[in-house]
Amino acid sequence: MQLSKGLIGTPQNRVDGRAKVTGQAQYAAEFDTPDLAFGVVISSSIAKGRIASIEAEAALAVPGVLDVITHKNRPRTAWLDRSFRDEVAPPGSPFRPLYDEEIKYSGQPVALVVAEDFETAVYAASLVDIAYEVETHMTDLDIARREAYVPPKKRGGVKPPPSPTGDAEGAFAQAPVKVHGEYRIAVEHHNPMEMQASTVVYGQDGTLTIHDKTQGAQNSQGYVANVFGLSKDKVRVISPFVGGAFGLCLRPQYQLFLAVLAALELRRSVRVVLTRDQMFTVGYRPMAIQTISLGANPDGKLQSIVHDAVQTTSMFEDYQEAIVNWSNLLYHCDNVKLTYQLAQVDTYTPCDMRAPGAATGVTALETAMDELAYAVGIDPIELRLRNYTETDETEGKSYTSKELRACYQLGAERFGWSKRNPEPRSMREGRELVGWGMATGVWEAMLAKTAARAMLTLDGRLEVSCATADIGTGTYTILTQIAAETMGLRMEDVTAKIGDSSLPRSPVEGGSWTAASAGTAVQKACQSVREQLFKFARQMDSSPLANASIEQVAFAEGEIRLLNDSTARVTFAAAMQAGGVERVEAEEKSSPSFLDAARYSGYTHSAIFAEVKVDEELGVVRVTRIVNAVAAGTILNPKTARSQVMGGVVFGIGMALAEESMLDHNLGRFMNHNFGEYHVPVNADIYDIDVIFVSEHEDKLNPMGIKGLGEIGIVGTAAAIGNAIYHATGKRVREFPITLDKLLE
Amino acid sequence: MNRFSYMRAASVEEAVREVAGDPTARFIAGGTNLIDLMKYDVERPDRLIDITHLPLKGIEETEGGGLRIGALVSNDEVAYDSRVQDRYPLLSSAIRAGASPQLRNAATTGGNLLQRTRCYYFYDTGTPCNKREPGSGCPAAFGRNRIHAILGTSEHCIATHPSDMAVAMAALEALVHVAGPNGERVIPIAEFHRLPGDRPEIDNTLERGEIITAVELPAQDFSRNHTYLKVRDRLSYAFALVSVAAALRLDAGKVTDARLALGGVAHKPWRVPEAEAMLSGKAPSSDLFGKVADRILDGAKGYEDNAFKIDLARRTIVRALSQAAEGKPQSQTDKRIQ
Repeated sequence: MQLSKGLIGTPQNRVDGRAKVTGQAQYAAEFDTPDLAFGVVISSSIAKGRIASIEAEAALAVPGVLDVITHKNRPRTAWLDRSFRDEVAPPGSPFRPLYDEEIKYSGQPVALVVAEDFETAVYAASLVDIAYEVETHMTDLDIARREAYVPPKKRGGVKPPPSPTGDAEGAFAQAPVKVHGEYRIAVEHHNPMEMQASTVVYGQDGTLTIHDKTQGAQNSQGYVANVFGLSKDKVRVISPFVGGAFGLCLRPQYQLFLAVLAALELRRSVRVVLTRDQMFTVGYRPMAIQTISLGANPDGKLQSIVHDAVQTTSMFEDYQEAIVNWSNLLYHCDNVKLTYQLAQVDTYTPCDMRAPGAATGVTALETAMDELAYAVGIDPIELRLRNYTETDETEGKSYTSKELRACYQLGAERFGWSKRNPEPRSMREGRELVGWGMATGVWEAMLAKTAARAMLTLDGRLEVSCATADIGTGTYTILTQIAAETMGLRMEDVTAKIGDSSLPRSPVEGGSWTAASAGTAVQKACQSVREQLFKFARQMDSSPLANASIEQVAFAEGEIRLLNDSTARVTFAAAMQAGGVERVEAEEKSSPSFLDAARYSGYTHSAIFAEVKVDEELGVVRVTRIVNAVAAGTILNPKTARSQVMGGVVFGIGMALAEESMLDHNLGRFMNHNFGEYHVPVNADIYDIDVIFVSEHEDKLNPMGIKGLGEIGIVGTAAAIGNAIYHATGKRVREFPITLDKLLE
Repeated sequence: MNRFSYMRAASVEEAVREVAGDPTARFIAGGTNLIDLMKYDVERPDRLIDITHLPLKGIEETEGGGLRIGALVSNDEVAYDSRVQDRYPLLSSAIRAGASPQLRNAATTGGNLLQRTRCYYFYDTGTPCNKREPGSGCPAAFGRNRIHAILGTSEHCIATHPSDMAVAMAALEALVHVAGPNGERVIPIAEFHRLPGDRPEIDNTLERGEIITAVELPAQDFSRNHTYLKVRDRLSYAFALVSVAAALRLDAGKVTDARLALGGVAHKPWRVPEAEAMLSGKAPSSDLFGKVADRILDGAKGYEDNAFKIDLARRTIVRALSQAAEGKPQSQTDKRIQ
């Protein structure tokens, strides 16, 4: 079967762009419904202890207040932990909002005030008086790590560290060149622009239609059904647009629980939206302390890698991510020891945040590799090439494709790396020291079982649908491209429908797997429609295609044409009329090929080059140039792809220089919980970001060779910037973010 | 957030009367800070007296050759006023170093002086704070204090004043004109903001019901040798870790007059006239600047997260004085520090 070429791989505007910039795109808190009540969350001010009393009389006396729901008067919900466990929950006992008087973390929701209007609810919430019995909490990883442990139960989808190979410690002891360091990554919160929000529309027939801010409409649907004992067909979750998510919306957050609880209790529609400061009471990228020891020969060849990580989790769930798993994917080494431990603190459970694990672990690894490059006195790229591995040494598999060498080469050329004086502090421009650094990025290329439907109608329009989400990544656009190209239609003839639990089954939108998974499912569904259509066309009276096979035809411009005789053609409409149908429909699934998975590993790679200019006297760093060369198989849409990688790079700049959620350990509370004091990069912080897509032939992961781009942009970026700062100043900072005070000493 | 009533004042007298007679009333103009504080439940006024229609607009020449800026003139109107740009470029620069265009368009001159600290604890009613709730304690002193003060702190409060504009005005020795129940008076800006002491809940020396009507910039010429240098945790849209407003007059290679004010380090714009006097009659040199900085920072006290500010302030003072002496003020658009 031949695809008409032309759309896949071409830069296309976002199909939802106009709706977004004109305000037509509706987000979870924007759906209106008659008789809507408004819930406002009251958060715990203590980190651990018990609620001694809740005085709600004053609030309840305010006209317009409908209810103050607390652990004392909440309706019954499910009993078993299992019912609260969503698709991506880590092992443990999921948090249950308003469950009992116990306080497990600062900012925990302790009451929901529901009123006829938002202002009344906000006011009434300020009148609720809560007394606590305080217990001693502990939020400091430096103390908690003394009781660190290997998580006994592994989290689904997260590979534990590979088993040790060789004798890493012995080889390190004997290695002629050694580097060893401790690396710290601060807690980060996702801070998407859109706050967590749920609008629950209560149907008189007992159905719930929920506009939820989520990366997985069906995950939210399943959670609500299980927790509240509802049949799934009574719960529909809709989430057509998501104003940034970055992993925060993979799991149902507590505003969903509270909005549904109130709607069921009051038998009316309810909306709950978190405030910006409450966005710091949900999941976060956990703080991690890592130690890395690299032993090498004088030529830079790695003899030993030891990478240990300890990371925070909550007291009730063992959140896990793959921090230490990356070194042997990138570098050949026979003696490798990787360990990963958790330490419990009295905060909420961490949550996947853009490139979970890799953003943390590769930052440390690629900083250590830079240190090794200086220790052996060779160029950082050359060091990586000398240790380059063609196989996934953690699993002994081949890569489906790996054009990382080309990333190094093309990125270096574009950046002008050859002009670099390797000596630290050797480059200067006016008062500023100039530094050039580089790092490698790596992320998994996955495919998750996903279904999609395609439906062609007589008017020549095609609708493709799948329950996945578009969190600003461009999913609508690439699904439209794939469908249009497969069916031989124009993009404007195709509508993509996503973000609705009633659509064909999809996992949460995350892990960079959506383009490959939903894209492949849409392609298969369209191919199925083609086959049906072709059958009708062949069966027409005196069909010009009567003797053709589907391999001998092309689908183009709404017609089926014979490849070697384009005058032999049947319009889609004619074929459908001949078949006596008004629509042609098909649903198909994409699923990973297990045969290939046993033989091959799929990863996306990148090489990041950073230029910094440092005012050494004042510690002020400007990241004046980034070149990120990415090998990610087929690039479906270079325009949205570039935006995704740029967004990842900006995330990386934030990680490198600014982002840090500051915990007050005395109070057990994140303190800089607003956009004024939690610093993400602003326009002035961002200079040139140059994204290169390296040509990479990928034919094993999925038919179109898609790898996904959601995370790769951040991985390695912070390390490249830190390495550039070292090159500029000669100061090695192993604690991220590298705020200016760390450069003053 | 509490419920409140709203009224629009028709005259300065009416506005003063309404607030003087009602301790639960607050003036509101641009609202860029007060509305936030109300949303956070930090400010809980029962009444808001809207002063935006009062005749406190416009920038006028004074008889003495200075400028009188109406309290309701927006921050950006001041920053981009050609007379301010020509005669008080330091003020223009300081304003443009702060906030965002949207905020500067809404925020007023009077309101800017009255904005409250950005201390994390002050904003979070889930924590103690002596400024918000006198007597409850100051967790910042033993908690997260990266953005806090190193000068003029007390055991009760280590908050800073967040304004950039006020720092330049302090250096320019602006006069704050106020009207109140007891008539009008003029407060030199150095006496306008106060240190926390044992009353950290009081930010300034305004009396109940007093309203800022104008800020007067005295005639003086610091238009050649000046700079506003702001060091912060990202290149824009962040409050100062340390900022320095420096203004010099030079004659035949010697300093004849010097003004230096620091932001981000204290409960008020920080000036040390004795340190400024050290520059008089001397030729600019980094050695001298260093001594001046040391004098200014004499007695500075760092806390766990912000001890670096002492060193940073010293470096920033030296750099700012060099910029001013060289007549190369810091650009507020090019983020490279000159």
